[in-house]
Amino acid sequence: MGKTLFEKIWEKHLVKSIPDGPDVIYIDKHFIHEVTSPQAFSGIEKRGQQIFRPLKTVATADHNVPTINQHLPIVEEMSRLQVQKLLDNCKKHRIELYGLGHPFQGIVHVIGPELGITQPGMTIVCGDSHTSTHGAFGSIAFGIGTSEVEMVFASQCILQNKPKVMRINVEGELNKGVVSKDIILYIISKISASGATGYFVEYAGSAIRALSMEARMTICNMSIEMGARGGMIAPDETTFQYTKNRLFAPKEDAWDEKVEEWKKLYSDEDAVFDKEINIKAEEIEPMITYGTNPGLGITINANVPTVESISDEGERKNLIKALEYMGLTAGQSLKGMPVQNVFIGSCTNSRIEDLRLVASVIKGRKKNENVNVLIVPGSQQVAAQLSAEGLDVIFTEAGFKIRQAGCSACLGMNEDKVPAGEYCISTSNRNFEGRQGAGSRTLLASPLTAAAAAITGVVTDVRELLN
Amino acid sequence: MKSLKNIQSTFIPLMEENIDTDQIIPARFLKSTSREGFGKNLFRDWRYSHNDEAQPKADFILNKPEYKGSILVAGKNFGCGSSREHAAWSLLDYGFHVVVSSFFADIFKNNALNNGVLPVQVSDKFLQKIFALENGSTLSVDLEKQTITIDATGEQEKFDINNYKKTCLLNGYDDIDYLLSIKQDIINFEKTLA
Repeated sequence: MGKTLFEKIWEKHLVKSIPDGPDVIYIDKHFIHEVTSPQAFSGIEKRGQQIFRPLKTVATADHNVPTINQHLPIVEEMSRLQVQKLLDNCKKHRIELYGLGHPFQGIVHVIGPELGITQPGMTIVCGDSHTSTHGAFGSIAFGIGTSEVEMVFASQCILQNKPKVMRINVEGELNKGVVSKDIILYIISKISASGATGYFVEYAGSAIRALSMEARMTICNMSIEMGARGGMIAPDETTFQYTKNRLFAPKEDAWDEKVEEWKKLYSDEDAVFDKEINIKAEEIEPMITYGTNPGLGITINANVPTVESISDEGERKNLIKALEYMGLTAGQSLKGMPVQNVFIGSCTNSRIEDLRLVASVIKGRKKNENVNVLIVPGSQQVAAQLSAEGLDVIFTEAGFKIRQAGCSACLGMNEDKVPAGEYCISTSNRNFEGRQGAGSRTLLASPLTAAAAAITGVVTDVRELLN
Repeated sequence: MKSLKNIQSTFIPLMEENIDTDQIIPARFLKSTSREGFGKNLFRDWRYSHNDEAQPKADFILNKPEYKGSILVAGKNFGCGSSREHAAWSLLDYGFHVVVSSFFADIFKNNALNNGVLPVQVSDKFLQKIFALENGSTLSVDLEKQTITIDATGEQEKFDINNYKKTCLLNGYDDIDYLLSIKQDIINFEKTLA
């Protein structure tokens, strides 16, 4: 019997299996940031241990950092201390840090791929659930807790139960105005916020193959939002072209050797998946969420479900509670509804292609006067590219605020928050209660849909602006 | 990690599904660099109005003094979302040693186990039976036998936990002790990767 892509990489990294217990998996690359690492550093020190393989860990500051005046000391004391702690810990334990002010600084899941640190066939972990992003390169990448960060520090391994494997095939051609964010929001709306719990997901099919690397990252990024341990896409020519010549990618002969190895990374034709889901690309339209988990999404022209349309009592209760929080009514249309904020950023949609999509909609237009628009590039390198392409001029002329790199209003750990009771169309990944600030109301959507709302001030079908 | 064996306690029912880790502990409270002290912000925005400790929401279960216990019982898909281990730390710091649900998110389950908080997954039917109990009823969780019992009726269910993790919890061992003990195997393995 053939093997799945997941099994091929898992088996290659399997140090040993504990009988009636988890597997010991070797980790090729470990990313850390300021929020989920300090307790792991102090844990390892308390045990009198050294970091086992410090060269295999890379650090950046992203979660709590301000997105203005990054050259000045951080004003908020707790954030400043946390970032300082990361700096001290990295220095002490000889870990490479791309901190504030460094040209490589940025959201951890943006900088790994853009620096060529993320490569096919690797095992990659980080104390952040969106580590699944790196799976777009055909690697096993997943988020871990701080105790697990400490495990990697101590041994470059973690203990992990082998998950089941699911394949989601998206076949066909995408409609106009539909991008990768819509694909993943559509999938999650179909299978729910817990529909892939216990599974590792491989995305396949012609619609996935046709996507750029950055678009693939958006899809793998949100795997966790349906409960999946991670998501992955088999590497191909698109992957190799993206990775080639990046700073930490293999060079010359080593590159050729690696590519030959990477070409073997695919699920065999006779490989068996524990579950398989087929989706037609043509069915997918621009998506938007109306509730307080990413599974509560609809196409932009649909109405919010009515309470009567839901048979499961628990789900009905969830819907009522979500709509109450969101200030929405069952059965209503979202289109035309005023929004006060637009956030373009996060590890889901803050890469240069995302920003180009936004620019394509807004060029020559101005934002609606009632909307506050924040655009936060995923990294210093994305910000530099933004300027190099003149997109900054387009955004500034439209009245958008361009900020410096970080996680920003995706989770509101810094000053970038959505005020209580206000709506925000956000290109980020979570619409949980209070996610973007206490009382904030998040509508998740693609960069195109977010851009459209920035112009009109209301929830808009972007296709009406593209015509 | 402290060892965990049997727990008999009253419980706190939180009849919500899909409780994500942003609800368990909002991101703005993740700035501490120690593992302690997170309990006071557990379910922060469900507990207090306007983020003000002087304005507790009277209808939230943790604010009702008649509900007590070291067992939290919650709806399905508990702990989804962010990987923040702070969620497990805040539950433990508040005084919960067991969380009962009909379904747990993967990362939360690992984080809980790594901190001596036992996730007990029961059938939906059993969960509804617990929710239907009167306040003050007790549950007994026996890790050795892998059972959870409604003491008033004697109704019981078995729950899953792998033998390795069970041994860890019963004895207070953690995964890092184990990984350090096999370091030579790891060094040998690294040679095969090159």
